[in-house]
Amino acid sequence: MMLTGLLIAPVVTAVPLAFYGHRRFAPYVNMAGSAAAFLFSVGLAWQVFDQGPIQTSGGSFFVDAFNVFLAVLTAFVSMTTAAFSRPYMAHEFKQGRVGPRRMRLYHAMFQLFIFAMLLALLTNNMGILWIAMELATLATVLLVSLYRTPESVEAAWKYFILCGVGIAQALFGTTLLYFAAERVLGEGGTTLHWTNLNAAASSLEPTILSLAFVFFLAGYGAKVGLVPLHNWLPDAHSEGPTPISAVLSGLLLNVALYAVVRCKVLVDGATGTNRAGQLMMAMGLLSLVVAAFALFLQRDVKRMFSYSSIEHMGIMAFAFGLGGKLATFAALLHMLVHSLVKSSIFFTVGHASHMHGTQQMDRIQGIIRGNPLVGWGLVVGVMAIAGLPPFGVFVSEFLILTATMREAPFLAPILLLGLAVAFAGLLRKVQPMVFGAPPAHQVPVRAAHVPVILHLVIALVLGLFIPSFLSQWFETAVSMMRW
Amino acid sequence: MSPVFLAQVVDLLSALVLLLGFGLLAQRRIYALLHLFAWQGLFLAANTAIVAYGAGVRHLYFSALLTLVMKVALIPYILHVLIQRMKIERDVETMVNVPLTLLIGIALVVLSYNVMSPIQEFSTLMTRSTLAIALATVMLGLLMMITRRHAVAQVIGFLAMENGLFFAATSATYGMPMVVELGVALDILIAALIFGVFFFQIRTTFESLDLSKMARLKEDVGE
Repeated sequence: MMLTGLLIAPVVTAVPLAFYGHRRFAPYVNMAGSAAAFLFSVGLAWQVFDQGPIQTSGGSFFVDAFNVFLAVLTAFVSMTTAAFSRPYMAHEFKQGRVGPRRMRLYHAMFQLFIFAMLLALLTNNMGILWIAMELATLATVLLVSLYRTPESVEAAWKYFILCGVGIAQALFGTTLLYFAAERVLGEGGTTLHWTNLNAAASSLEPTILSLAFVFFLAGYGAKVGLVPLHNWLPDAHSEGPTPISAVLSGLLLNVALYAVVRCKVLVDGATGTNRAGQLMMAMGLLSLVVAAFALFLQRDVKRMFSYSSIEHMGIMAFAFGLGGKLATFAALLHMLVHSLVKSSIFFTVGHASHMHGTQQMDRIQGIIRGNPLVGWGLVVGVMAIAGLPPFGVFVSEFLILTATMREAPFLAPILLLGLAVAFAGLLRKVQPMVFGAPPAHQVPVRAAHVPVILHLVIALVLGLFIPSFLSQWFETAVSMMRW
Repeated sequence: MSPVFLAQVVDLLSALVLLLGFGLLAQRRIYALLHLFAWQGLFLAANTAIVAYGAGVRHLYFSALLTLVMKVALIPYILHVLIQRMKIERDVETMVNVPLTLLIGIALVVLSYNVMSPIQEFSTLMTRSTLAIALATVMLGLLMMITRRHAVAQVIGFLAMENGLFFAATSATYGMPMVVELGVALDILIAALIFGVFFFQIRTTFESLDLSKMARLKEDVGE
């Protein structure tokens, strides 16, 4: 019941928004729909927590500790993003950057995008997973070009084409997976069910699965934004409206990484080695280092934080690749805190760029004097994302570093280097924006403070102590992976 | 008809699909590109139908029909209307180094054979020899998307790549489960519609569908 509700809520909300998305009440409908989805997701999580993994009768949907926590996170961040989007998009509407038709498109596609991510998370069928991932791209591509500036159209086109290329590789991987599975499980719709594949993983042909993983990693890895397949990401995440940047960076990357991890579990089961993990570690470290240095070169504030997302996805891919209880636990925690902190940063950055009428960092100054809550929100967010204690990101990065020291000590210096460079880059860029005297072109805006405060408080709490239900939850998720 | 004969027809049609992949790489004129794409879809549909007959897999007939409707009729028609309405039929792309592109294409075909040969050994289907061609078709579509500078050509590259993916599913396993195949077809159809929207957006912002005018989003190196 909860599952059906969770999947239907965004679709039901999208329908009226497609027709009345430009009206005054539309943002509230958007918020209500997302809140309903969040309540359903909590209900679903409660069920899973209480009874263990749930599988629907036909086996089409499968909910376990791993994906339900991501579903709750997705529903939660989309709810707070809807709350942030209300004043933000009202400002854009008033400025004339978007007309009524595009407001309708924006609201309807926002909900459809949430639906696509939830479908990708909850489905049991590896084929449907692919379809949902592609649907998520399709739902957001027209939102990236919402402002119709030459930059945004170019960004959207790049996003569409490069992710299209990437996702095609993943479909080829799915074909190979089905090819391997058909020899063991027989033909039919249930053969691609992850639960069936997982049960039979040890008898799947390792040669085919290894090749399939290369295609999966190239395909879904492109959507995660792993270097060298990251080219589209800074453009797409910086040119669209800020609420979309927040959900792209905070949620879609997680969902894509989730897809990679699900594939990795199957491949590890078939090969009995951690070769798939080594590939992920290599790409993860490369992403971390490349993105950390790229931070220094940025002039556009949203673009800079998109690179920071690449950096953090690299850390997570590395940790999942490393495997083992500690690293996997840390990677799950990192997914959670990164998503919360990064979306809160985008919220504050969105308001800051409205205050200054630009996203260029050298024209943004003295945010704290202009709007203390927005300014300090950004400072705290950046401290959290850079990995300073006492925030959650510090804990997860510390755990990942500890696991690396134990399992692969020779990689620890590279990891540390990446983290340090990223830290320095962010601090250097953000400091002049928040402190100092506000410039003459700064104007006050109506800001949504609650989402930012909520996200940062949760990230802070997770840095101080991890509630027992959450750690128990993560441990259940960890125990389902093999290495 | 004997199975050997059918297998040979399948091989022939696969070769034609691959050949058209090369044709797409080299063709400059928009309409000709569209026709080549439609032909590729037609051979693909014929190939699928023959596999369906030869292997006695009923649901592949449906897949063949789906391909025929989508790839030979519907999508080329949508593109045709768009090209006509936007008056871009006279656009001729300036392409650099066609021979080099074709050589890279050949290298990709060799690579595909190399990658797929250990996998083919596990297959007992009548289509086992076409698995490498399917991957090669995907790779050629990818190459086309990278080398072309015209929006319509990139879209046709995308669709040709999708042809290769469908082809791969047919030759590896006689098609994916129906739910998946329908979902993929739906995604492609939505993608084609969005591409249409994009043509207008690109045209109005850049005044041409030539994407070499897009170069605003680059890293600022050296502050």
